[in-house]
Amino acid sequence: MTREEIRAAVLDAIVAVVPGTHPADISDETPLRDQLDMDSMDFINFVVELDERLGVAVPEGDYSRLATVNGCIEYLARP
Amino acid sequence: MGEFRMPTLGADMVAGTLTEWYKHPGDVVHRGDIIAAVDTDKGSIDVEVFEDGVLERVVVEEGQKVPVGTLLAVIRSGEAAAPAPAAAPAPPAAASQVPPPTPPSAAAPAAPPPPEAPGSVPSPPAQSVRASPLARRLAADLGVDLTGITGSGPGGAIVKEDVEAAARGGGDRSLRMRRAIAAAMARSNREIPHFYLATTIDFGAASAWLAQWNAAHPPAERLLPAVLLLKATALALLEFPELNARWEQDSLQPAVEVHIGMVTSLRGGGLVIPAVHQVNRRTLPELMRDVRDLVQRARSGSLRSSDLTDGTVTVTSLGDRGADAVFGVIYPPQTALIGFGTPAERPWVVGGQVVPRQVVTASLAADHRASDGHRGGMFLATVARLLQQPEGL
Repeated sequence: MTREEIRAAVLDAIVAVVPGTHPADISDETPLRDQLDMDSMDFINFVVELDERLGVAVPEGDYSRLATVNGCIEYLARP
Repeated sequence: MGEFRMPTLGADMVAGTLTEWYKHPGDVVHRGDIIAAVDTDKGSIDVEVFEDGVLERVVVEEGQKVPVGTLLAVIRSGEAAAPAPAAAPAPPAAASQVPPPTPPSAAAPAAPPPPEAPGSVPSPPAQSVRASPLARRLAADLGVDLTGITGSGPGGAIVKEDVEAAARGGGDRSLRMRRAIAAAMARSNREIPHFYLATTIDFGAASAWLAQWNAAHPPAERLLPAVLLLKATALALLEFPELNARWEQDSLQPAVEVHIGMVTSLRGGGLVIPAVHQVNRRTLPELMRDVRDLVQRARSGSLRSSDLTDGTVTVTSLGDRGADAVFGVIYPPQTALIGFGTPAERPWVVGGQVVPRQVVTASLAADHRASDGHRGGMFLATVARLLQQPEGL
């Protein structure tokens, strides 16, 4: 997948977890949990959404690398 | 005949607006069916019926706001639901099948909430409306006038949820919710002689077990620490029934089951306390599914009446980004509230050595009419003991 495709999947996953969020309002740099007030349930649901959309089961130890949209793209675009 | 009354959907509810009947006179209803929607200060709730029968007669029409306990409809129950001669007298109501409506609390005012008090947040003038970009765009899309909305965001800014509430006709939902919470908590502090205890619990074994479980399972089957805390709390409560009880009519009424009301924050502010049922009987994966479902439904406005009325005790957990400890206010007429702070790594003494260890602070707010400090301390010690053997939860 291209980085743009991954970014689109990440944004879709966020919108699925935090309904009503508009992708255009999501900053790529600001920590997701801060800007969207995501709690631990939201975040684990986000990880589930990523797994379902991209087939990547992110290990719990790597959650910190998913803090921002850019972080997600970097992590998920790894070869 | 069975009587279907306006339920008490929490200690903070004194009245509700019947917004929609899903069933109509002549329709067959079954225990657990959702037959009406009720709008409360905390949102729209689907209300279930607690008996089998036929909806005989609607007493309250859609759009009417009535106090808790008001007769909403008459259910022709049990055998009477079968076709019968029109002149046949109705049998006595199957009282045992009809949960008695919780009477309006002695402390809860029978009248609707008072009008806005002086000093409440005034509506800002049109030219100084503070609103998020998303709220402005949504308001434009929905044709909602921002000037009439009280914001619930930071600094009183109007956020998306406020616009959505206004579009639904909810107006100052956020303000009404804060008033409802304030009324319930003021009542609790006024009536219940609280005492508080706290203890720091070694959460190392539980954290290690959880990490091992989560590493071995796909994301959809992973667990949150809150699930272990809920289960340990439920098992401990079995040994302390006075903390899993109601204080009503000047007496302690222990509950049969452990239904834990879980404090759940809502997007845009406010909270609800839906109940996780029979926590002591559920496996950890089952509990995770229950909690996930309840949180999702709480935040999407699709809770059922039983979600809000069945709690026998309350747990508030700050998750992974909160404070070290939380000291709650008991949710009347319950007798206890258990709080868990954010698990964190702290210095801990093990075998005379200081080592880094995951710990969590557990607190208990309990009703002194029902319990005392000695029993409360033993309860927290039991929770701590159970968390040392997470595989047994």
